[in-house]
Amino acid sequence: MNIVVLVKQVPDTESERRLTPGSGTLDRAAVDGVINELDEFAIEEGLRIAEAHGGEVTILSVGPARAAESIRKALSMGADAAVHVLDDGLAGSDALVTSAVLALALQSVGFDLVIAGSESTDARTGVIPAMLAERLGVPQLTLASKVDIDGPAVTVRRMSDDGYDVITASLPAVISVLEKINEPRYPSFKGIMAAKKKPVRILTLADLGLSAEAAGLAGSATQVTDFAARPPRAAGVIVKDEGDGGVKAAAFLAERKFL
Amino acid sequence: MAEVLVLAEHSGGSVRKVTTELLTAARRLGSPSVVWAGPGSDEAKAKLAEFGADKVYVADSADFADYVVAPKAELLAQLVAAASPVAVLIAGSAEGKEIAGRLAVKTGSGVLTDAVDVAAGDDGAALVSQANFGGSVTVHSTVKGGLPVITVRPNAVAPSAAGGAAELVPVSFAASGAAKAARVVSREAAVKSARPDLQEAQIVVSGGRGTGSAEGFAVIERLADALGAAVGASRAVTDAGWYPHAFQVGQTGKTVSPQLYAAVGISGAIQHRAGMQTSKTIIAVNKDAEAPIFEIADFGVVGDLFTVVPQLIEEIAKRKG
Repeated sequence: MNIVVLVKQVPDTESERRLTPGSGTLDRAAVDGVINELDEFAIEEGLRIAEAHGGEVTILSVGPARAAESIRKALSMGADAAVHVLDDGLAGSDALVTSAVLALALQSVGFDLVIAGSESTDARTGVIPAMLAERLGVPQLTLASKVDIDGPAVTVRRMSDDGYDVITASLPAVISVLEKINEPRYPSFKGIMAAKKKPVRILTLADLGLSAEAAGLAGSATQVTDFAARPPRAAGVIVKDEGDGGVKAAAFLAERKFL
Repeated sequence: MAEVLVLAEHSGGSVRKVTTELLTAARRLGSPSVVWAGPGSDEAKAKLAEFGADKVYVADSADFADYVVAPKAELLAQLVAAASPVAVLIAGSAEGKEIAGRLAVKTGSGVLTDAVDVAAGDDGAALVSQANFGGSVTVHSTVKGGLPVITVRPNAVAPSAAGGAAELVPVSFAASGAAKAARVVSREAAVKSARPDLQEAQIVVSGGRGTGSAEGFAVIERLADALGAAVGASRAVTDAGWYPHAFQVGQTGKTVSPQLYAAVGISGAIQHRAGMQTSKTIIAVNKDAEAPIFEIADFGVVGDLFTVVPQLIEEIAKRKG
């Protein structure tokens, strides 16, 4: 089975994330990059499926040169190969453009199963897996807390608004996984050494047949008009419990009309 | 006036509150037309009229129950072609975002997710406010070409009533073969709780590592019930298995924006704040005076939650008589 796992490098949540004046896009150079946390669950799920059913795991990432760090980490966890869509013209791409780029790359690489994290921790749009299923014309099995493969059939336990739905379809398909679907492995020393020799193919917009006008800020359908740091919350009243902490909290709630 | 499509969220004919919020936002952009997928529109008509729906497109097809996401996106695309709306508003639930994504691809539209406010800009087009990076930055965005497809965070827009005709317009709809590629085998409802939905609740009481155990976490449920609140949990709690993951508030869990958020035994790491920072009022109880949650709390008690919270519950009972 040909499994492609989508990986995004995102700014470390612990670092101060800023937008670039002018474009309103994320300043990715100013912060430490890490692998999107939910993507680690996607990588682990891909590796487990390949181990159980046979097949190869390819990492696909769209991002600037430094996304190579995250790609290398995914390879050190055990993925076989990677494809990095790298082009200066991609900067500032919105979800519509990013999904188009990913879909073209997936068609070029070929796949039986695409696995993504359900959202990224930076933009948090949560739309990409569904957009890919739409663009590729394959079944969408997203928000999975459990994935079962049985021959050509994929069945997932999908989180719903009020519980879970069990959904099934035939391969090829796009799935997205939730946090805690598995326990992502740590790269072993051997894995880290092996990753250095694994192939990483670079694809440009031209390789995908996309013009510069169709990508990046220029090709995006959305634009940021302005942004501002949210004013810090005014300092509140903090009291030390001296046997009456609960009473004081109730008084505050009453004053604010919550009681 | 141009139409604005609003995809209704409903269960069993009952209109979810977020739908009234979407209608309120839609009225700022044009004439709201509800899109009702599935049964129950007759029962819902009065409520939709109350919040200003002029039309209600009704597609009562079993496809919406048998298949998720894709049929609703197809229905919206069909209505976009027929009604040429100026915007489409969808609830910012996980499924709502997926529907929005598919619709955006079908119509070549820009998609803006998790709006905390929607207004008409100078040119009358939708101007969307988003609270990014865990609520630390407010961003205004527009769609520069094509139809804006917008998902709106539940509880962010205050619903207000306005009369509408809510004229029911039956729509003939059948999902394509492609939209039926992923089939629902079974549905498993979470244990029905009498508590409000986490993302729609006016008050959320969340517990963290400080509760110490699943048994200790019970005090959080008791406080929530005293306040008529939803229960949330920090990641430490769901990681430890003291409470189900579906209730996790934070960066990789749910984002909530209630009138009152009570953080109990939660230190307030950035991952948690990302999911609750836009709450209107925040109170915190924590034994560590240095806990970062106190930096964003309107009121905080430094103390042992197992003495402070029971006293608070008792005091609430007294005040509520």
